[in-house]
Amino acid sequence: MPTNEVIQGLGLDDYKFGFVTDSEPVFRTRPGLDAEIVRQISARKDEPEWMLKRRLKALGIYDAKPMPDWGGDLSELQETLDQTYFYVKPQEQMERSWDDVPENIKQTFERLGIPEAERKLLAGVGAQYDSEMVYHSLKEEWESKGVIFDSIEDGLRNHPELFRKHFGTVIPAADNKFAALNSAVWSGGSFVYIPPGVELETPLQAYFRVNQERLGQFERTLIIADEGSRAHYIEGCTAPVYSTDSFHSGVIEIIVNRDAFFRYTTIQNWSNNMYNLVTQRARVHRGAHMEWLDGNLGSKLTMKYPSCYLMEEGAHGEIMSIAYAGDGQHQDTGGKVIHVAPNTSSSIVSKSISKGTGRSSYRGLCKVYDGATNAKSNVECDALLINETSRTDTFPYIEIDERSASVGHEATVSKVGDEQLFYLMSRGMDEAEAMALIVRGFIEPIAKELPLEYAVELNRLIELEMEGSVG
Amino acid sequence: MNDAAILSVTGLRARVADEDLHILRGVDLTIRPGEIHAIMGPNGSGKSTLAKVVAGHPAYEATGGSVTFRGEDLLDMEPDERSQAGVFMAFQYPVEIPGVSIANFLRTSLQARLEDDEELDLFDFQELLMERMELLDMDPSFAQRPVNDGFSGGEKKRNEILQMAVLKPSLALMDETDSGLDIDALKIVAQGVNTLRQENPDMSVLLITHYQRILNYIIPDMVHVMFRGRIVESGGPEVAMELEARGYEEYRKAHVA
Repeated sequence: MPTNEVIQGLGLDDYKFGFVTDSEPVFRTRPGLDAEIVRQISARKDEPEWMLKRRLKALGIYDAKPMPDWGGDLSELQETLDQTYFYVKPQEQMERSWDDVPENIKQTFERLGIPEAERKLLAGVGAQYDSEMVYHSLKEEWESKGVIFDSIEDGLRNHPELFRKHFGTVIPAADNKFAALNSAVWSGGSFVYIPPGVELETPLQAYFRVNQERLGQFERTLIIADEGSRAHYIEGCTAPVYSTDSFHSGVIEIIVNRDAFFRYTTIQNWSNNMYNLVTQRARVHRGAHMEWLDGNLGSKLTMKYPSCYLMEEGAHGEIMSIAYAGDGQHQDTGGKVIHVAPNTSSSIVSKSISKGTGRSSYRGLCKVYDGATNAKSNVECDALLINETSRTDTFPYIEIDERSASVGHEATVSKVGDEQLFYLMSRGMDEAEAMALIVRGFIEPIAKELPLEYAVELNRLIELEMEGSVG
Repeated sequence: MNDAAILSVTGLRARVADEDLHILRGVDLTIRPGEIHAIMGPNGSGKSTLAKVVAGHPAYEATGGSVTFRGEDLLDMEPDERSQAGVFMAFQYPVEIPGVSIANFLRTSLQARLEDDEELDLFDFQELLMERMELLDMDPSFAQRPVNDGFSGGEKKRNEILQMAVLKPSLALMDETDSGLDIDALKIVAQGVNTLRQENPDMSVLLITHYQRILNYIIPDMVHVMFRGRIVESGGPEVAMELEARGYEEYRKAHVA
């Protein structure tokens, strides 16, 4: 096993997004949550009555559901939530021109590389700061083809029928306690519609930043990829390092219509004081193809299991995930594939790295309903342990009600061993370089799928510091 | 005399770290530039341990004696420092590094030899790699495969030779490189070593082997017989021939007596 200095040297815990921006919100609710707060949020958004009713109903469901007793340690979460601001509005209105975004917020995103990303020819860019989207833009080329890429609030305002038809249909409020919470207090997130046959050549990207201490961020994203369309959506998340815990609970609903292709990439690199409890689900129709590419690097506790409901014949779902659990972190992640129709196929590939006292868990479900003839699914999860104190668990749930289904599951746990390190060192690499190379090799099958700037970021995260290697 | 030696081992005692039993119990060995030394011996005689101690394997601990490489105390150096100083070990059981291509692995190894602020020129590296592969008559696609992952025994050994060719050591420790190889693979490996020696006649080789067979292809200057942690006989290539004929029985008897 490598020495502690070497492991420190990998820079995995070197969090460069931990800075705080000095900004005064234009409005925030008092800490804690009740119906009054939900009404305030709804009123601020000038919502139709039906949405307020839904929010209040969801609040009731949230209150009624017990705190989950599985997954990660949520025993201190209620205490955190009692202190949490559920809604913090950073500026008066969302901007469509970068120049109009307030200077301090603009600088924050510039430090995080957002305008830079835009220059890399993305189809569209959105940025959320605390509870609201502060900026959204879509290239004229795609707008003219009928693509909608907007804040979720503008989606409700400007496309009420499309919105109401789909909102909450993939993830109803009653799905789980945190989906209910999000349904009650959601704010920010994207509304995306890709018209039939439109193929976006470059990704849409949304960036989520938490700045306010003790904030709860509850973005809600609704994506409809219509027949035969093709698109890729990327989200990135960061937050400052505070001594108090913060909370993020997003809900992402995706509808992938017949023969469409959609990929959703997340790189969450939250600070280590963040609870990250997210529900992501796609409903996949006939012949359509859905991919979740999920990178969980930060947070205190993440519980997140992107899922694909394969509803019609020939639907295909893929979930690829990388989790890194450093000291004190717990990544409880995985994926769910639900086969409802014949000839559906799915694959889950999950890789985790646990370091120090870090803990990673793979938790996954493969369900094949009776009648989903010839459904095929393959699950592969690999864990890499860096220290003796690191921990990993695997919880694969498999429920098969169809005889003709074929389901495979493979799990491996490996440790960085002395033999491996010695082999690399005998070629001239110091211990830290050797470690970094082994880790990079381990995640390579998924890292190569990431957009370039995130792959570079991931590599930076596992890069070593050279100092201290010579006498 | 030792001034001319590239490797000088004196009275070396070593054991598996934290265990009482010594595997090396006073080894003396001197290798000069350009010399090929073979060490033969039965299982458990300590010949592989000697190579590993010289390369710096963390599982072993030297408890007495010295190992100097070009006059420098090798035992005081980390394995990566030994590599950068010019020591190379071809492993008996090379480990797999999934997801890391041979090219990437070698590039990282060469980059490690540069100063922190120096960046290895990728075109230069590519050129070097191609030239080295051509020298060893290897298919360029080999370098794109992940290190030892799913390799046959022969491929693993060829990979070791390729690494040796790229890193250009002045002392190559070959730890039972011939074990598990069929005759064709053995010839290819031996040819690789000979090619590198032709290119750099000053490269010294310490060849650890069970069998005389490889010595038909890599002709040693000296052959040493190791028995129970000591070198008990040294001589020219004829020692290997005699050993092949007689076996280790007489050493056993001598030891018991």
